Amino acid sequence: MTSNSPACVVQVRITEADFDAGEELQSLYARAPGDLGAVATFVGLVRDLAGDEPVSTLHLEHYPGMTERSIEAIVERAGERWPLLDVLVVHRVGPLAPRAQIVYVQTASSHRDAAFAAAEFIMDYLKTDAVFWKRESGPSGERWVESTAADRQRRGAWDGSDGAV
Amino acid sequence: MSTVQAREIRVLFFASLREAVETDTLSIDITGPVSLDELLARLKERLPPTAMTALTAENVRLAVNQTLINPPVMVQPGDEVAFLPPVTGG
Repeated sequence: MTSNSPACVVQVRITEADFDAGEELQSLYARAPGDLGAVATFVGLVRDLAGDEPVSTLHLEHYPGMTERSIEAIVERAGERWPLLDVLVVHRVGPLAPRAQIVYVQTASSHRDAAFAAAEFIMDYLKTDAVFWKRESGPSGERWVESTAADRQRRGAWDGSDGAV
Repeated sequence: MSTVQAREIRVLFFASLREAVETDTLSIDITGPVSLDELLARLKERLPPTAMTALTAENVRLAVNQTLINPPVMVQPGDEVAFLPPVTGG
């Protein structure tokens, strides 16, 4: 990926199935190289409120092929900034209930600063650049979700732009 | 390699645009390269005005063969053109 991390293993998985962070970590320990020293993991859950509106179901759709590549491009940018050994992104699609796990980001490095920063960077870019669409259903009907101004601001903070896409 | 020459463009609509167009895919027959404007004109023959308004909204992005593009571009027979409303993941 970069001169810093020539052997970074990158996996992107789009799936309707749930994931198990413990299993993913065990699998990482089994495959990771000897200089592994830090792993940051992030789990995103479906929230039961959108603003003040109750959410009963979040429907996620994607563009098979392009979605995977959009995430790989985000991970590649992270790999250019930090010396990463192994990155896994699992993103679920289909109908999801509140409290369902929706996204898993696992970044492994020799030291914690790279692992923490890369996980946050990847999540911030997933909000604005990953090719997914979300539709919330609740008692008052359905609506399509867009990234917020705050999402774009967080993403923009990484590259010094206003985050406009 | 197929020996049959592609003679159509596959057009995909996602999320809110699929709902506006009321289908996820249309095939447009063409015999050679066309501009996106020409492709839109061909879509206009098939779709109601409300759908065309949705497809040409400022926040809609276009992908050709799964790569985001900025018009103007030419598209070829065999290409896949996708209309993407604003994305969000995570």
